[in-house]
Amino acid sequence: MDSDDDFNSSPVSDEDFMGDQDSDVGLEDDSDFDMDQDDVGFETHDKDIFPTKQHYEVDFKVYDPRQIQASQDNQIAEVSQILGQPPEATAILLRHYRWNKERLIDQYMDKREEILESAGLGETAASNPPKVVKVKGFVCDICCEDGPNLDTFAMKCGHRFCVDCYRQYLYTKIKDEGEAAQIRCPGDGCNRIVDSKSLDLLVADDLRERYHVLLTRTYVDDKENLRWCPAPNCVYAVECGVKDKELMRVVPTVHCECSHFFCFGCSLNDHQPAPCALVKKWLKKCADDSETANWISANTKECPKCYSTIEKNGGCNHMTCRKCRHEFCWMCMGVWSEHGTSWYNCNRFEEKSGYDARDAQAKSRQSLERYLHYYNRYANHEQSAKLDKDIYLKTEKKMQQLQNTTGMSWIEVQYLDTASQALQHCRQTLKWTYAFAYYLARNNLTEIFEDNQKDLEMAVENLSEMFEKPIDQLQGLKVDMMDKTAYCNKRRIILLNDTADNLKQGNWEFNVSFP
Amino acid sequence: MFASKRLAKELQKLHDKLPPGITLVKADDLQEWIMDIRVVDNNPIYVGEVYRLKFTFSQSYPIEAPEVVFVRDETHPIPWHPHIYSNGIICLDLLDRQGWSPVHNVESVCVSLQSMLTSNTKKERPEGDDNFVRNNRLRPRDINFIFHDNQV
Repeated sequence: MDSDDDFNSSPVSDEDFMGDQDSDVGLEDDSDFDMDQDDVGFETHDKDIFPTKQHYEVDFKVYDPRQIQASQDNQIAEVSQILGQPPEATAILLRHYRWNKERLIDQYMDKREEILESAGLGETAASNPPKVVKVKGFVCDICCEDGPNLDTFAMKCGHRFCVDCYRQYLYTKIKDEGEAAQIRCPGDGCNRIVDSKSLDLLVADDLRERYHVLLTRTYVDDKENLRWCPAPNCVYAVECGVKDKELMRVVPTVHCECSHFFCFGCSLNDHQPAPCALVKKWLKKCADDSETANWISANTKECPKCYSTIEKNGGCNHMTCRKCRHEFCWMCMGVWSEHGTSWYNCNRFEEKSGYDARDAQAKSRQSLERYLHYYNRYANHEQSAKLDKDIYLKTEKKMQQLQNTTGMSWIEVQYLDTASQALQHCRQTLKWTYAFAYYLARNNLTEIFEDNQKDLEMAVENLSEMFEKPIDQLQGLKVDMMDKTAYCNKRRIILLNDTADNLKQGNWEFNVSFP
Repeated sequence: MFASKRLAKELQKLHDKLPPGITLVKADDLQEWIMDIRVVDNNPIYVGEVYRLKFTFSQSYPIEAPEVVFVRDETHPIPWHPHIYSNGIICLDLLDRQGWSPVHNVESVCVSLQSMLTSNTKKERPEGDDNFVRNNRLRPRDINFIFHDNQV
């Protein structure tokens, strides 16, 4: 089934991909199915003819390592010509200026010496290639070795050490500390940066390779409009024009060649429709609060007077608040003195003071309950998405079984795969709608939002349920399932477009402020 | 392999001669040394006190910085300083990857710490000391210090 995998992770943008799949499968199928699916077929056709970008999508481009290297080399070559510096020195200068070549050229023309000095190049880097020499009477400051046969090396700064130490130093910097563009001379306080020519002279091939990989990495790290795909072992970088300051207005989800969806703003997994700042706040809150809050909700009550949270870990119902010394009954939360002689056995109900206390308590619990409401739904979708991943794996098996038992062709069972992918996407979106909703201030827009959320959730649950069906029923459900898949995707697009539009226009009101 | 020769040389030099206020207490092996330092001028914060330093060397010393902390016992307190936590951990760029140079050695670290104390006028702990001391389980080399103060 490997080929399926490859096919499915092919680089086609998100929703179009789903849509295409649908219509493809539809067209391959027999004609009366086509009739049934008429309007779905038409819609996807429209999309094929006029490919439109959804409002929540952003423009981006994926680069492979070769392209990154090439664009880096191009820029170095270009600037090298303008400055009249060799490529190695130019590379250092460009990295020093974080690849802002306009600024570099500008400043270079103004104050050449100063810039060369600050980039660790000093004087003329043009002549005199670096070389290893033996120096009479030399003692290495690092290993304290001496002797006439000791190979030594120094850059233009003149800090000379034996080659072994230099090598070891570079090895530690590159292998252990992952540095490349900013490795400085080992001399104390020396800011001279080890250029790639010196490095090539000193280190072994495997390390050199690593060094160049790291250098390429700094290129992507330095460029504002480039970002590595955070998926494990992924080698691609993504270019996107969305700036940091726009992140409250747009959620730039991008789709890497490796099929990973992530946010260009913060590198976390796709979190549309919630903007990055909100996601950060929510995750922090969850990390701090969720379990604690659950426990508090289940095991404690609050003092009716000062609202300190109290756990009753033994003893009788006569409580004295440690903080405010208020005396009350644990059972009814009423003032203790009103219990008269029915001490230690609270069977009263509807007494005024107890009622008031419980009322106040309910209110103070409300904010906690509200959080838990959203958190539980958020966590539920997260959990379900994980289970859906399992389903996805099972799907492959099911698809194979279907092909074997019913004689359906490979293309005819693809609807299962499409459905499972739709489920995962929708769950991911739903999950974040709950974090989003937690921070929303109520107004008319939230009503619409919640309706959209509800519709999507119902659609997802319906589809999810069908997935659980045994194989023999799956074939009969094909049409229904494709229908529901298309519907899920459509509901997701509607929800995301609505939230993205309002976000862009700044229509959402939040109940907290984001930095 | 790397560390031993260099440390042997350093040790030899430490036995020969040491700057005032710095004494070698224990260097039985090439992994952990104990040094004592005191402040030689009359800085009232440190007058009359001797502080004990523990150096721990890794295999790749001196390419890698040694781990240096103050240790407390009955006669040796932890010195007051806005960059020294009460558990003896020192926040000094010299001892961090960025600031360390293989040219530094045990003596130069001692001298740097000595002068860091000498020039200090504040009898205080770093911000968040309580919290750090209570919660920190990391070794000094794994802590990400942010060096914001260029006065020391």
